[in-house]
Amino acid sequence: MLDQSQVERLEAEAVNSAKTRQPLYAARKKIFPKRASGRFRQFKWLVMAITLGIYYLTPWLRWDRGPFAPDQAVLVDLANRRFYFFFIEIWPQEFYYVAGLLMMAGVGLFLITSTVGRAWCGYTCPQTVWVDLFLVVERAIEGDRNARMKLDAAPWSARKLFLRVSKHAIWLVIAVATGGAWIFYFADAPKLLGEVITGTAAPIAYATIAVLTGTTYVLGGLMREQVCTYMCPWPRIQAAMLDENSLTVTYNDWRGEPRSRHAKKASTAGQSVGDCVDCNACVAVCPMGIDIRDGQQLECITCALCIDACDSVMDKLGRERGLISYATLADYNANMALATSGGTGPVNPALVRTPSGSFADGLAHFHLGKIFRLRTYIYLGVWSAIGLVLVYSLLTRERLELNVLHDRNPQFVTLSDGSIRNGYTVKLLNMIPEPRTVEITLHGLDGGEMSIVGIDQPASRSFSIPVEPDRLKTLKVFVRQPADQIRKPAQSFEFRIDDTAGSETAEYTATFNAPENSR
Amino acid sequence: MSNEHIDEISGITTTGHEWDGIKELNNPLPRWWVITFYITVAWALAYTIAYPAWPMLSSATRGVLGFSSRNDVKNEMAAADAAKAKYVTAIQSKTVSEIAADDTLREFAVAAGGAAFKVNCVQCHGSGAQGSTGFPNLNDDDWLWGGKAEEIQQTITHGIRFAADPDTRQSEMTPFADVLKPEQIAQVSAYVASLSGPVQDKSLIEPGAMVFADNCAACHGENGKGNRDLGAPNLTDAIWLHGSGEAAIAAQVRAPKNGVMPAWVGRLGETTVKELAVYVHSLGGGE
Repeated sequence: MLDQSQVERLEAEAVNSAKTRQPLYAARKKIFPKRASGRFRQFKWLVMAITLGIYYLTPWLRWDRGPFAPDQAVLVDLANRRFYFFFIEIWPQEFYYVAGLLMMAGVGLFLITSTVGRAWCGYTCPQTVWVDLFLVVERAIEGDRNARMKLDAAPWSARKLFLRVSKHAIWLVIAVATGGAWIFYFADAPKLLGEVITGTAAPIAYATIAVLTGTTYVLGGLMREQVCTYMCPWPRIQAAMLDENSLTVTYNDWRGEPRSRHAKKASTAGQSVGDCVDCNACVAVCPMGIDIRDGQQLECITCALCIDACDSVMDKLGRERGLISYATLADYNANMALATSGGTGPVNPALVRTPSGSFADGLAHFHLGKIFRLRTYIYLGVWSAIGLVLVYSLLTRERLELNVLHDRNPQFVTLSDGSIRNGYTVKLLNMIPEPRTVEITLHGLDGGEMSIVGIDQPASRSFSIPVEPDRLKTLKVFVRQPADQIRKPAQSFEFRIDDTAGSETAEYTATFNAPENSR
Repeated sequence: MSNEHIDEISGITTTGHEWDGIKELNNPLPRWWVITFYITVAWALAYTIAYPAWPMLSSATRGVLGFSSRNDVKNEMAAADAAKAKYVTAIQSKTVSEIAADDTLREFAVAAGGAAFKVNCVQCHGSGAQGSTGFPNLNDDDWLWGGKAEEIQQTITHGIRFAADPDTRQSEMTPFADVLKPEQIAQVSAYVASLSGPVQDKSLIEPGAMVFADNCAACHGENGKGNRDLGAPNLTDAIWLHGSGEAAIAAQVRAPKNGVMPAWVGRLGETTVKELAVYVHSLGGGE
C-alpha cells in the first residue's frame, strides 16, 4: 500500500517557513509555482473564464433604449452624468444605489469570509486572476517549474533572451487589453475602439490605458505575491473575520504527522508514521510560495491548489484524500485533541484510525451545517435586507421629479395694483429617455396665477411644458396673488406636475411670502 | 578599509562612527528608495531648468519652457472670451428685444447682465434689484421712464438727470413749499393719497383735487396716472418711490427729491448695457 516510488519528491522550499521565519523586510525569493491539476484547479479555470469574460465582454453588450439614449448595456457616461446598467438608468442624485451595492459588497464579504474563508482572495480577486493568467503564459513559454528554475539560473543566451522577451511581450499585450477594456465602460465601445486605433480618441483614454497597462504588467507580472503579502490590506481585514467555524485550507497534522520520507522503513522499524510523505508537492504548487503544513498564515490566499497537489499524491499512495483540506478550526482542534490524547503527547496517527486502517468514529468531519450559524445568518439577513430595499426603491422610484427654489432676494415684490409677486426657479426632471409634455399647475393659493419667463402666454394656473428626453428643464416662474386674497405673510401652496401622456405626477410644497402689513 | 569593524551582535559592519560607545550600523538604504531619491533629485534639477526658479539679481531665471503664470491667465481669459465670442457678436448685432426673444441669447445675456449688475448696480438698487426709498425697485411693473427693453437700455445708456450726458433723461419737479400754502399742501397730499387708498380727513380731498388740477396735472396727468416722457410717476398705484402716505407725499411736494442715475455706456460699453437691459427686463416687471 505504501508505494512511494510513484511519488515525485520535489526540492521545494517555502519562502518563509516556520523553521526559518524571516522578518517582513527581506529580499524577495523567486517563486516558480508548479502547474496543479484537480478539482480546485478546474474550478479556478472556470472562475477565471467567467470573471475575465465579464470584464472584457461587458462593454460590448448592447441594450436598446430607443433613439434618445445610448445602446450600450453597461455605460458610465461621465460627460452627461448618467449611469446605464441594462434596464436601469441612474442619475447622479440616485448614487445611493451604488452606495447600497457597496454596502452589500461589504456585508457579502463578511458572509463569504466567515463561511468559506478567503475565497475572494483565492478565486476572484483580480490580482489572483491576472497572476494566474500571466502564469499560464509563463508556463507555455518557459515550461513548468523545473524548466523555469533552470532557465532563471542559466546565464544569458539567445534562447533565454528570446523566451524572456516573448513572455514579457505577451504580458504587455494582455496588460494593454486590460487597460483598453476599462475605457470602454466610459464611452460607446465600438466608436471608441475606432478612435483609439486611429489615434483620435481623447488623451484621457490613452492615459488611462497607459496607467492600467502599467499596473497590470507590474502587479500581475512582476510583483505577483508581493502585492498580497505586502501591499494589500485585505488579508489583514479578512483574517479578523475568520473564526473557529470558518473554512480554511488546513494541513491535517492529526493524520499527516509524523511525516516521513521513508515511511515503509520507519513503519517496519516500529515507528509511528503519518500520511505525509514530505514530497513537497504542496509547497511547489503554491503561488504564494509558502508551506501550508506550517498552519494558517497571513500569506495564504486559500487558492486550494495545495489540496489538489496533495490529493493526487494521496491517490497514488492509495490513501484517503484530504490530508490537506478545507476544514474549520473547530474540527481541526477536535481531531488534534483526539490524535494527541488531549494534547498530552505527540501526534499519533494510530489514535485516529481503527486497526483496519479506516478513520476512527470519533473524528470530526465537515458538513455544511457547521458554517451556517447565527453569525452567518445575521450577515445573510442584513445582506438580503439591503438588497430587498434597493430592489424595492428601484421598482418604485420616480422618473418625473420636481424641485422648486424660492427666490430669496427679493422675497416678494409689490406690484402697481397692490398685488404681490413671488419668484421661483422650478426644475422639471424627465428621467426617462423619451420626450414628455408635462402640465404644471398651482394648487392652493387663492387667486394666484403663474407666468413663466420665455413662454408667451397670459398668466394662468396651469401651463403645458415640453421636456426633452432624459433632461432637466429649468423654468423661471412668477406667481402673483391679488392683494385682497392674501391671508397671511407666509402661505403654503403646491406646484404639481402631471405627465400628460402617462400617470406619473410629482408635487412640491412651496411658500408664498407677502409683506407683514398686507391685510 | 583597515578600520572596518563588524558589530558582534548583529554581524553587520559599522560606519566607524562612535558616540559614547554606540556604533552606527552600516545598513544600506533599500535600493528602490535610493533610486527614487536620485530620480527626484534629477527631476528637481530638470524642473528648475524648465521653469522659472533660480533667483537672480533683478528677477528669477525664466526657464526654457517659457512658462509664466501671467501668460496662463492671459491665455485663459482669451479662451473665455473666444468661447463667448459667438454670443457677444450676436448680442452686438441684435436689438435688445430680439435678444430677449431668443432663448439661448436671453439666457446668456441674463447671466452676463446679472454679473455686471452685481458689480455696478447693486450699490443703489440693492443685490436683488429690490431698490429702497429713493432708489427704484426693478422687479416690479412700475416704470418711471418705461419698462420695454429698449427703454431700459436707453435709461442705462444715458442715465437720468446726469449732467455730463446731453442725451440723459431730463425732468425736474418744482419745489412747492414757496408756491403753495401749507394747508394747500396738506389738501393736495390727502387727495393724492386718496387715489390709491383711504385717508384720515376726507374733507381735504375735494379742495386737494382743485390744487392738483391747477399745479400737478400738467406733469402727472389729470387722473394722476403720470407721464413717462417726463418721468412723472403714476400716483394712483401701490408703489411709492419716496414713501407712501400723506406725510411722505407732503414732504415730496414741498421739497422734491429728484434722483440721479449716471450714464453707463462710456464705462461699460454697449454690449454690457444691452445685457444689463435684458437682465433687468427679465426680473419680472419688463413690458
